[in-house]
Amino acid sequence: MSNFPSDLRYTKDHEWARIDGKRAVMGITDFAVHQLGDITLVDLPKEGESFRREQVLGTIESVKAVSDIYSPLSGKVTKTNDPLRDSPEILNEDCYDEGWMVELEMSNPDEAKDLMTSEEYAQYVKAQG
Amino acid sequence: MRYIPHTDADVAAMLKVVGAPSVESLFSHIPESLRLGKPLEIDPLDEAALISHLGELGAKNVRPTMPSFLGAGLSSHHVPVAVDMLLQRAEWYTAYTPYQPEVSQGTLQAVFEYQTLVAELFGPKAVPGLPAPFVSNASVYDGASAMAEAVLMARRLTGRSLVVACGAIHPHYVGTLHCYLDGIDDMGKSALKTVGFGPDGRIDQTALSKLLGECGDAVAAILVQSPNYLGVLQDVASLCASAQKVGALVVVATTEPLAFGVVKSPGSLGADIVVGEGIGLASAPSLGGPGVGLFAARTEHVRQMPGRLVGETVDQQGRRGYVLTLATREQHIRREKATSNICTNQGLIALAFAIHLCLLGKNGFRRLAEINLAKAEYLKARLSSVRGFRLPVAGQTFNEFAVTMRGSAEKAVALLRERGIFAGVPLLSPGFALPECPDADRTLLVAVNERHSREDLDRLALALDEVCP
Amino acid sequence: MNSAKHGPCPTRHLLHAEEPIFEMGATGRMGASLPTLDVPEVPLKSVLGELHRDDPPALPEVSEVDVTRHFTRLSRWNFAIDIGMYPLGSCTMKYNPKVNELVARMPGFAALHPAQAESTLQGALELMYRLEQCLREISGFARVTLQPAAGAHGELCGLMMIRAYHQSRGLSPRKVLIPDSAHGTNPASVTLNQMECLPVKTSSDGLLSVESVRAAVAQHPSNIAALMVTNPSTLGLFEEHIAEISSVIHEAGGLVYMDGANLNALLGKVRPGETGIDAMHINLHKTFTTPHGGGGPGSGPVGVVEKLVPFLPSPTVEHENSVFRLDYNRPQSIGRLRSFFGNFGMLVRAYTYIREMGGAGLTRATEMAVLNAVYLRALLQHEYPPVSEKPSMHEYVTSDKKLKKETSVQTLDLAKRLMDYGFHPPTVYFPLVVPGALMIEPTETESKETLDEFASALLQIADEARREPELVKHAPSHTALRRLDETKAARHPRLRWLPSL
Repeated sequence: MSNFPSDLRYTKDHEWARIDGKRAVMGITDFAVHQLGDITLVDLPKEGESFRREQVLGTIESVKAVSDIYSPLSGKVTKTNDPLRDSPEILNEDCYDEGWMVELEMSNPDEAKDLMTSEEYAQYVKAQG
Repeated sequence: MRYIPHTDADVAAMLKVVGAPSVESLFSHIPESLRLGKPLEIDPLDEAALISHLGELGAKNVRPTMPSFLGAGLSSHHVPVAVDMLLQRAEWYTAYTPYQPEVSQGTLQAVFEYQTLVAELFGPKAVPGLPAPFVSNASVYDGASAMAEAVLMARRLTGRSLVVACGAIHPHYVGTLHCYLDGIDDMGKSALKTVGFGPDGRIDQTALSKLLGECGDAVAAILVQSPNYLGVLQDVASLCASAQKVGALVVVATTEPLAFGVVKSPGSLGADIVVGEGIGLASAPSLGGPGVGLFAARTEHVRQMPGRLVGETVDQQGRRGYVLTLATREQHIRREKATSNICTNQGLIALAFAIHLCLLGKNGFRRLAEINLAKAEYLKARLSSVRGFRLPVAGQTFNEFAVTMRGSAEKAVALLRERGIFAGVPLLSPGFALPECPDADRTLLVAVNERHSREDLDRLALALDEVCP
Repeated sequence: MNSAKHGPCPTRHLLHAEEPIFEMGATGRMGASLPTLDVPEVPLKSVLGELHRDDPPALPEVSEVDVTRHFTRLSRWNFAIDIGMYPLGSCTMKYNPKVNELVARMPGFAALHPAQAESTLQGALELMYRLEQCLREISGFARVTLQPAAGAHGELCGLMMIRAYHQSRGLSPRKVLIPDSAHGTNPASVTLNQMECLPVKTSSDGLLSVESVRAAVAQHPSNIAALMVTNPSTLGLFEEHIAEISSVIHEAGGLVYMDGANLNALLGKVRPGETGIDAMHINLHKTFTTPHGGGGPGSGPVGVVEKLVPFLPSPTVEHENSVFRLDYNRPQSIGRLRSFFGNFGMLVRAYTYIREMGGAGLTRATEMAVLNAVYLRALLQHEYPPVSEKPSMHEYVTSDKKLKKETSVQTLDLAKRLMDYGFHPPTVYFPLVVPGALMIEPTETESKETLDEFASALLQIADEARREPELVKHAPSHTALRRLDETKAARHPRLRWLPSL
């Protein structure tokens, strides 16, 4: 439950981002997955679609709930993790590697500075109660 | 108060536990200005008087002295006695919606079977070893609202707004569609285009091609009824081909699902969504309600489907069981983003529909359809050979057809009513009118089914001939 | 027999495991009685041509005996009102009178075809007219449409009429205020009307405050279409400020729609049409005993004030010169929401019930419904504290808050364990504003003994949660099936029976 890898950056809506030059790979955190329970459906955007930071880029469903997924950074979708469509359970098993969702080409790499570090996110989650 | 068990002693004991001085005190927190302050003026009746009163009201309605020829969206078939007897089991009709699956497996499995039957009826055949090509939901309110919901679904799936309604569609269904479309966006009435019917009663293909040529890429759904309001079977395959060219979906509506016992299912001909009214096969007509809105679609569209869905699963001990599933589409989870606002559907009537189809079975369903077609063809031939009578549209029908007579349909029907014969629905009947039909004032919609004997059919033909000028 | 006094009730019935009907039968078997054809057979292929279906739909091939046994056995896997109590908040699962079933089946009603001439339907039209009069008397509205097929359909109808009203005055306001405690059908109905939900936070009691409504209205001047309210609220509490709140909405040019799901708390006490409400749906399958049928049919008549009358769905039932007729001449009507006239069979049942009870009987029903709810609250409040100190009406809302602090058990587990005690669980996890909510509505048709047993069961379960939590967390253990895997059902949907290779 409190697994927040230190090489990632985090948002207040419980997404993570792995920055690599101009690219960023994103997904949702262990905390979010735990809140949702068994994931039953992931709805991802198409390649080529652009999003602003904090704009909804997809949804994720469990048996009893639907949640929006917000883009952590502004950019254009270059890749999506298609196996998630047929096997949403991957997210329950490994949300940081196998469970990556979308790769973006950032339009404003400076935005990365505004994301939380692993420690900051851990504290944020703790404060949520 | 036979439904309210409380004795004075009960009330006193309960008030004591609650710590309230009187029953009235339980309402004292309601502002005085909002209180009714006088009794409701409705007189009570004991059971015997109640039955008597309702019996009197019932007796003020007139029923025909032979099976009626009324159709216009509801053909009242003979429903086996076993259906209603089973429905009267308390565990079926006094049960709640199956949200708690462990105590609702009866309802859940019955709905699963109903879903299977409707998918089989409306869709392509399921092939062993392959996934289901078509799925049905647990039912919606009726055929008309089902058609409206299908159109809204098609718009969501395609991201487009226009709807093309083709041929003679039941005026109640078109009316309902208008109502729903007017609600959903500013386009209102302009979102709905119509294409008429040709001399055969089928879709005017030329007009449709022209329309699609003009605005095809904005069309979400092409909509057709089969058999249509004039009873004519539509060429669904051609329609699907036209639709595919412009990327539109095809919605087929039916008010006579029995037709698909002998006619290819719309799903097998390429339809994307198939909806219909099941009341004729499920229950007594009951002035048209409650019925059952049948709703099925291609499996790949399931997540945009309105209504409840029952799915198969297992319990903690690995035993097969059933649950409501894919509920994230629905209002109680998605709220304003739900596929529909539907909550309570038509569960018990869906059950009745399923039981009847199981009693008929594969061969019985087909045979019943054959009987209906045969009787209708016989009457159609008899009527079209009456002097001055003709069939206004030439297309092949199933168990209902239109006949244009020598004189006013309204007058003929009124005269026959005096003889205890309900001869059919005049095409200009208020609320049921299809004025586009040529000579609509002299045209009658006649529905035939398995209840009509040859004598009944002969009698109608003779009587209509007699009363026309 | 319910034996909450002794502990969970053991299953003693013969319950046959029942495979899907498609796995039964034999080729050639049939269960219906068809007439022999007395007219010539039709050569199908030549008459239908390409439309001919060579292969009939793969329906089962079973006898009437098979079908009867199948659906009889299956039925026994269901809980039902005629078996025990459903304390489902917001559903009003009261007893379904048997006389209603007899009357609805009288040929004088059941055999009627909707396209019959009006002159042959005078009894049916009179029943509809009289039902409308009764519902008007009960609800305080000017007119009532009987067309909608269910409560949600009624909401759709109500919002459509409100929209039409605004349009008739050349306006198109978009915002509909929705309390955060509202039932999901409310916001869903808003969307179906090209309007936008404007959420309004309710107090910790789940009630609307005049201030919060005023504030919401002020942010969207000239754009307020309506407020949707439930009274009593979804927490079972009376909206004391409803009249003032309605005024605020009216001043802003909007109308007030009431979800009438909780009408069972108000019969003979309050008439919503006189509290500032402009339109309200009534759930005949809740307040007026028409049976739930495992998921419908329902019926959702909508009452409206005078200014909305022109927009009522068409046709309406009118009474002129001793004749009942259908009025299609309604130029401002929103049209129709369905085929034919409404769920007539349910209208017959509701009318029968209302006439049996009479005004005094209906008032008594409300009084006992409220007494039953507050009695349960009194019995349970120390273990299951109500979420509000305010007086409960016909339902009381609690949660697993206390239990979760002291044990590892939560609402879901409580619900499942209640099944082992012979009760259907209350409504759970609704309203959304109360985490782990349990909404308990016994209705007036439950006796004090039943309530005592139910309370005793819940208290025993709380005790189990402390001493032997596994009993609760692995419940139900007395039902034919244990907890079902809903995740599997959602991840790999199997929505129909499929033939195997």
